[in-house]
Amino acid sequence: MENVNFLYDLLGKNIISVVLVISLPLMFVLVYALIAILAELKVSAWIQERLGPMRTGPWGILQPIAEVVKLIQKEDITPDKSSKLLYNLAPFIIFTGAYAAFAVIPFSEYFVPAGINLGLFYIFAVGSISAIGIVMGGWASNNKYSLMGAMRSVAQLISYEVPAAMAVLSIVVLASTMNMQEINKIQSGWFWNWFIFGGPGTIAKLWVIPFTMGLGLIYFISSLAETNRVPFDIPEGESELVAGFHTEYSGMKFAMFFFAEYANMFVVAAVLTTIFLGGWNSPFNDFMQGPIWGVFWFVSKAFSVVLVQIWIRWTLPRFRVDQLMYIGWKVLLPLSFICFMAISLYVMLK
Amino acid sequence: MLPNEIYDKLKTEFGDAVIEFDNKQPTDSFIVINTENLFDICHTLRDKNEFLFDYLMCLSGMDLGENVGVVYHLYSMTHKHKLVLKVTAPKTDPRVPSVEMIWRTADWHEREAYDLIGIQFEGHRNLIRILCPYDWEGHPLRKDYEAPEYYHDMKVSY
Amino acid sequence: MSDKKRLDLEYSQLESDRMRINVGPQHPSTHGVLRLEVEVEGEIVTEVVPHLGYLHRCFEKHCEKMTYLQVIPYIDRLDYISAMNNEWPYVMALEKLMDIKVPDKVEYIRVIMAELNRIANHQIAVATFGLDAGAFTPFLFFFRDREYIIWILEKMSGARLLYNYFRVGGLAADVYPGFKEDCLNIVKQVRKTNAEVMDLLIYNKIFIQRSANVGVLSPDVAINFACSGPVLRGSGVKFDLRKDDPYSIYDRFDFDIPVGLGEVGVVGDCWNRNMVRVNEMEQSCRIIEQAIAQMPDEGDVKALVPKRIKPPKGEVYMRAENPKGELGFYIVSNGTDKPERIKARGASFVNLSVIPEISKGYMFADLILILGSIDIVLGEVDR
Repeated sequence: MENVNFLYDLLGKNIISVVLVISLPLMFVLVYALIAILAELKVSAWIQERLGPMRTGPWGILQPIAEVVKLIQKEDITPDKSSKLLYNLAPFIIFTGAYAAFAVIPFSEYFVPAGINLGLFYIFAVGSISAIGIVMGGWASNNKYSLMGAMRSVAQLISYEVPAAMAVLSIVVLASTMNMQEINKIQSGWFWNWFIFGGPGTIAKLWVIPFTMGLGLIYFISSLAETNRVPFDIPEGESELVAGFHTEYSGMKFAMFFFAEYANMFVVAAVLTTIFLGGWNSPFNDFMQGPIWGVFWFVSKAFSVVLVQIWIRWTLPRFRVDQLMYIGWKVLLPLSFICFMAISLYVMLK
Repeated sequence: MLPNEIYDKLKTEFGDAVIEFDNKQPTDSFIVINTENLFDICHTLRDKNEFLFDYLMCLSGMDLGENVGVVYHLYSMTHKHKLVLKVTAPKTDPRVPSVEMIWRTADWHEREAYDLIGIQFEGHRNLIRILCPYDWEGHPLRKDYEAPEYYHDMKVSY
Repeated sequence: MSDKKRLDLEYSQLESDRMRINVGPQHPSTHGVLRLEVEVEGEIVTEVVPHLGYLHRCFEKHCEKMTYLQVIPYIDRLDYISAMNNEWPYVMALEKLMDIKVPDKVEYIRVIMAELNRIANHQIAVATFGLDAGAFTPFLFFFRDREYIIWILEKMSGARLLYNYFRVGGLAADVYPGFKEDCLNIVKQVRKTNAEVMDLLIYNKIFIQRSANVGVLSPDVAINFACSGPVLRGSGVKFDLRKDDPYSIYDRFDFDIPVGLGEVGVVGDCWNRNMVRVNEMEQSCRIIEQAIAQMPDEGDVKALVPKRIKPPKGEVYMRAENPKGELGFYIVSNGTDKPERIKARGASFVNLSVIPEISKGYMFADLILILGSIDIVLGEVDR
């Protein structure tokens, strides 16, 4: 737990520094969400040979702010027949679940809000909270589309957590730690020390690279499913379920779902970055390596993953719910088991 | 096969049930048949190898003043020939046998004819309104139809 | 409680309740104001009851109050995506009734207009089908191209969507200068986009998984339901009115009738129905190219027709191959300048009636795809 946070070093561990440590990721999430929304708008426009938003600010860069302002101004509707308490609680629970994961994300060598030893475990634990929020919102809306969306969503989240957890577990075996900061430190040096390339090791690690790459892919696919992104956006599949579990939400509560989705995207991208792509490490050994550069590398790597998610969203059609389950349980899970065994074997032999 | 050959064949088979053959029209000639025998004749037309009218192009209800009429436009995918059948029923008792069991496409067409003209198709399994609301009164396509002023206490604007 | 009784109770609790869901009239993918009352058991559809009429505007009643020429704008509003094609069987029916010979040039322009509009319609159909499957990008690719087609149609008729361009015995206006080049450019662009969409959507693995083997419509059922157009051809029935019941000058062109081949999935499923549309765009391109080459430059676009259309007493049923299928007009004339009765046999109306038949037992998400693959326009269904 030592030396994980420059703010504690700077200010000492008092109430001000704690509040600062808590609020920094929140600031980050808000700014990031705005940028991600803009990226979504612009990337989709470029893919579809459009210009995207052009009116608000130069090249439309103020568009996400306009959208958020619009959402805040909108009427906040609570359906008459809904279960009021749960209905109003659900967006906050989802956002809390998404935000809580930021506690252990190592932004830099000297900044991780809470450097606990079970970081990865913690992320999976709080990641499941959003399932509760979704089912709460879906059920409390008293709308059949919402209910079906919530049922699908929970089934999907639970199914895809298993292969994702297996993928992460394999890396835990490889790194022998669950502390995300430690995992990052192990991957320092050149980019071939990243866990997606088998982690640091001798030439003997070559045979394990396909398995780690496969795990990276498995984790990425599962993370798409966990964040309800295309091609796994079945819970909100607009063509059949209108908007899925958040059909009835409007105004600020809808914005909470929106933010939670983007925050979740970043969380899974951050986990992918941390455990596969070297986290805050520079890809080129000591070149541009350091605490400040660490933030740059980490955020740019994670954001690249987010961009890939956006890119996939605007390219692929949607799966059907049974095909989704098939992929989760019959393709990804066995594959992740095989990779897990291979990596365990590699660690045993090492 | 031309319509007059079909008429001759039907005449030998069904006798008086086939009433008349009209080819005075500038365009399509048609066969008028007895309403009661409609189902049997249609069944024969669909299944007999020389006719094979397996495709019901169109089914239209007509308001003929005193009577209501139903016009069937048939087509054969195999022989590529066409036929127009007509039946009539008095407006006071507008009952016509349903051909929905023969050509299932007639299901919605007959519902439409019932909805708009008010022809009762006997033997139709689900004869309810299709275009108008289920509780609409009257049959709008009749010549003597008067639009209601109010529907569920709402003014019907026109 | 006896064991048997308790067991029964447990089983009865296991049995899931069926849920009735209203899909529509306000719903993103019913392609208009269609309402489907769907009964689902979990995700499996057990019953579909379509409720029509939300767009009913008494088209046939209106027609009886208007002169023959006044009807044409209303006919545009049947299948408002392919209005050019709609007008054609109507004016053909009147021409047949009045025995009017249409000038050659008019026929060529009509063919080109109809085929351009067919391409535009199929672009929307394939695009929205992709959208139903969750693919957003091909939708905009197609819409970009459709815009170019609409520009041509707008230059010809003055309207973007509801053209009111066909007249009895002629057309409203002649072609504009540069029309032929525009058409050939469109053909090039359509082919380019189609090739792109083939990669992006049609042969996409996920798309194939979603749409192949779904909503299978067997040929005999399709004929019995009098399906027409791509829905019938998707089931493998090689039937196209342009070839099998030729009208106008379609016998002068060399083109194929695409049918569902079962290249992926089985014949008659959603994928094959959709594929027929994609292939038909290519055939329409071929027809346009040939028509452009053969079209005479000189000539009037109006036959000698009296100002007041007054067909002789009689009746006629005329049908034409619309993008959606067979659009037929049954016109009864009583010798005055107003029709006695006009019945429009909409392709969408008839094609839609197979929905309860072919969507049972599939997933709820498939139902949307099946609906999208049938390609309905509610203006034509409800009339």
